[in-house]
Amino acid sequence: MEKTAVGSLSQLTVGVGAGDMATADMVLNIGPQHPATHGVLRIALTLDGERIVRAQPIIGYMHRGAEKLFEARDYRQILVLANRHDWLSAFSNELGVAMAVERMLGLEVPARAIWARTLLAELNRVLNHLMFLGAYPLEMGAITPIFYAFTEREVLQAVMEEISGGRVHYMFNRIGGLKEDLPAGWLDRVDDAIAAVRRRLPDFDRLIRGNEIFQARTRGVGVLAAETVLAYGASGPVARASGVDFDLRRDEPYLAYAELDVPVVTRSDGDCYARFEVLLDQVAASLGLAGTCAQRLRDLPPGPINVRLPKIVKAPEGETYTWTENPLGINGYYLVSRGERTPWRLKLRTASFSNIQVLGELLPGCLVPDMVAILGSMFFVVGDIDK
Amino acid sequence: MNQLISTSPLSLPSRAPVAATEATVSTFGHDPWWLILGKVVAVFVFLVLITLFLIWAERRIVARMQQRLGPNRTGPFGLGQGLADGIKLALKEEIIPAMADKPVYFIAPIVATIPAFLAFAVIPVGGVVSIFGHVTALQVTDLPVAVLFILACSSFGVYGIVLGGWASGSTYPLLGALRSAAQVISYEVSLALALVPIFLYAGSLSTSEIVAAQNRFWFVFLVPSFVIYMVSAVGETNRAPFDLPEAEGELVGGFHTEYSSLKFALFFLAEYINMTTVSAVATTLFLGGWHAPFLLSRVPVLNSGWFGLVWFTLKLLTVLFGFIWLRGTLPRLRYDQFMRLGWKLLIPASLVWLLLVAAMRTLVVEDVNLRRNLVPVGIVFVVLLLLVSFWPSSKKPDRDGEGEDGHPEIAVGNRAFPVPVLPGEQTDPTLAPREVTRA
Repeated sequence: MEKTAVGSLSQLTVGVGAGDMATADMVLNIGPQHPATHGVLRIALTLDGERIVRAQPIIGYMHRGAEKLFEARDYRQILVLANRHDWLSAFSNELGVAMAVERMLGLEVPARAIWARTLLAELNRVLNHLMFLGAYPLEMGAITPIFYAFTEREVLQAVMEEISGGRVHYMFNRIGGLKEDLPAGWLDRVDDAIAAVRRRLPDFDRLIRGNEIFQARTRGVGVLAAETVLAYGASGPVARASGVDFDLRRDEPYLAYAELDVPVVTRSDGDCYARFEVLLDQVAASLGLAGTCAQRLRDLPPGPINVRLPKIVKAPEGETYTWTENPLGINGYYLVSRGERTPWRLKLRTASFSNIQVLGELLPGCLVPDMVAILGSMFFVVGDIDK
Repeated sequence: MNQLISTSPLSLPSRAPVAATEATVSTFGHDPWWLILGKVVAVFVFLVLITLFLIWAERRIVARMQQRLGPNRTGPFGLGQGLADGIKLALKEEIIPAMADKPVYFIAPIVATIPAFLAFAVIPVGGVVSIFGHVTALQVTDLPVAVLFILACSSFGVYGIVLGGWASGSTYPLLGALRSAAQVISYEVSLALALVPIFLYAGSLSTSEIVAAQNRFWFVFLVPSFVIYMVSAVGETNRAPFDLPEAEGELVGGFHTEYSSLKFALFFLAEYINMTTVSAVATTLFLGGWHAPFLLSRVPVLNSGWFGLVWFTLKLLTVLFGFIWLRGTLPRLRYDQFMRLGWKLLIPASLVWLLLVAAMRTLVVEDVNLRRNLVPVGIVFVVLLLLVSFWPSSKKPDRDGEGEDGHPEIAVGNRAFPVPVLPGEQTDPTLAPREVTRA
């Protein structure tokens, strides 16, 4: 018998040979170490047979105190920390901090940097989505698609690696622009990579989207109502699959999105299948955006890609809130400065944290296998939850 | 009438004329002890070797399907990988959970493994040959009810899984074991039903005689039986897409989560041997056993004695490839969907099919004018089939039967037992059952 830290949840360890036939709901701990939680998320499930009576997500196993660390690092160093909470969208994470600081400083970022940032953010989105498109079927027992996803990721990672030297944590953003100008011929290689991924994208349709077992596992499972999405502040593909037509790239454009025609992929069913489809179609849409950005970059006259700043960057006293449409949803930074080298407070609003809250609503009444289908379709990164 | 009998495969004579190389039940029971021992050892070695080969083949084939290389370092083409992994596994540290019921925990892997080996004793891997002057069949033994023996062995093996999951004293294995028990109860029925048409045609339950009865037509022409058998066999062996008792994404390892070292290796071995056995049964009952395929069977040399071993192995590996192919392709079914497939589709389908086959056999045996009688029956059957497939309700996906049982959440008061709410009693969801102390 062990009393867990979960408030009123008492845990009955299943033993044998005790002779006591008392029936009690079984508490099954999914995680912190479990293949379906890709990371260290823990969900305490109260089960009746295989049916979930209650579900409580328990977070914090990967809390790294990022927000507190922000207060002890200068603005350039913060980028390194900020790109790590969601390790699948590192570039987009850097972007939020850079934009917040630039706004506080009143910096004008050069056009080349803006377009290059948009291009890289979209490539990063594709990389992120491909990861989930591969991992989700894997959790449902289809072991093959993930390797196809990784083949595509490899192509895109090669171009990202070429400019930044990093494959996951690019650290290519700087306050005021990008680290370096784009190498000669790089845009052609981006075009080739986009074309290659686009060409093989129909493989996913054939491998997974049309599979009857996959549809049986996901259609009508974990239906998330639009009201729930709004009540819990869920965002990104998860919200758009429930018919919440909200995308910051279109509704409050930043970077160069105002000049682009951003297709917002939505579905109305709100089930796991809809979430998967949104992700899959979003890949095609983002590849299109990236292609347009590459074309615009070619047409731009030569110019600087960043702004030269003094050695010590001090944001003036004040506060600002920047939000970006990260691959997983809305990512927000509330920056309060007292005119020091470091922020007084930098509050991080992450998509996964809000998205994962709806699990408590979604899971009760489902079966354990549904739990895996729902968990996979919430597209979360544990670092993004725990920060 | 005579012309009809000779052209239609459905009107096969109930007992084909037995050639000199074919074995019957009476062929067995005359071997000297050293020959029996030799056969037993040979079967054991064959199974272990094929398991090692399968592990390698599965990894290589699945790797190929996934644009990877797979193991290619240990020995030629990486063939030694299975052996290397086996040795490594056996030398691993053994961890026994504190809550485990030790005797059962120890016995379970053995219970799972032994029947897996036993079932192969009645599989004919070749025809009658002469070994050191002894004329004998390439089969350890045969029984008049050999197929029942195989079915018994495969159901017995599941005890290992259920006991192992239960004795681990842990939640995930317990769920895996429960799933396994339900799965076997459901799929054993359709598995056995799928085989009954074979018995009707072969007129025997002895494996060697069933093979002998296929010297002209393989029983694979009983297509529905074959399909139902193969689907049930995948369910019976816990292989993807029906690998629910060990569903990795959900139950971590299922029934073998708490097993390590050699005991885990035994479960692993049992799974692969079970897979081999069901494939061997498919080969024996549906694919003509050790008979040469197609026109090659007209050549007497190719269709007898030791050559049978080659054909048998080739057919066995083909069926096994199907298992690997499935694993590389399909996602896992949900537990209740899988049960519904078994009870609502496979079992009724095999019953209807059995009825049809039995009716056909009766008509042939009773020598009724087939053409006149069958046409109306066929029309009725086709109409029924159309009705079933276009019935509106069968198109709507029925969500996990929630409407059927409703499954209301049991309100738990401040008591140790979940009981219905008493009148006037306040239900508070935050109130959990009191701790039940277990010694």
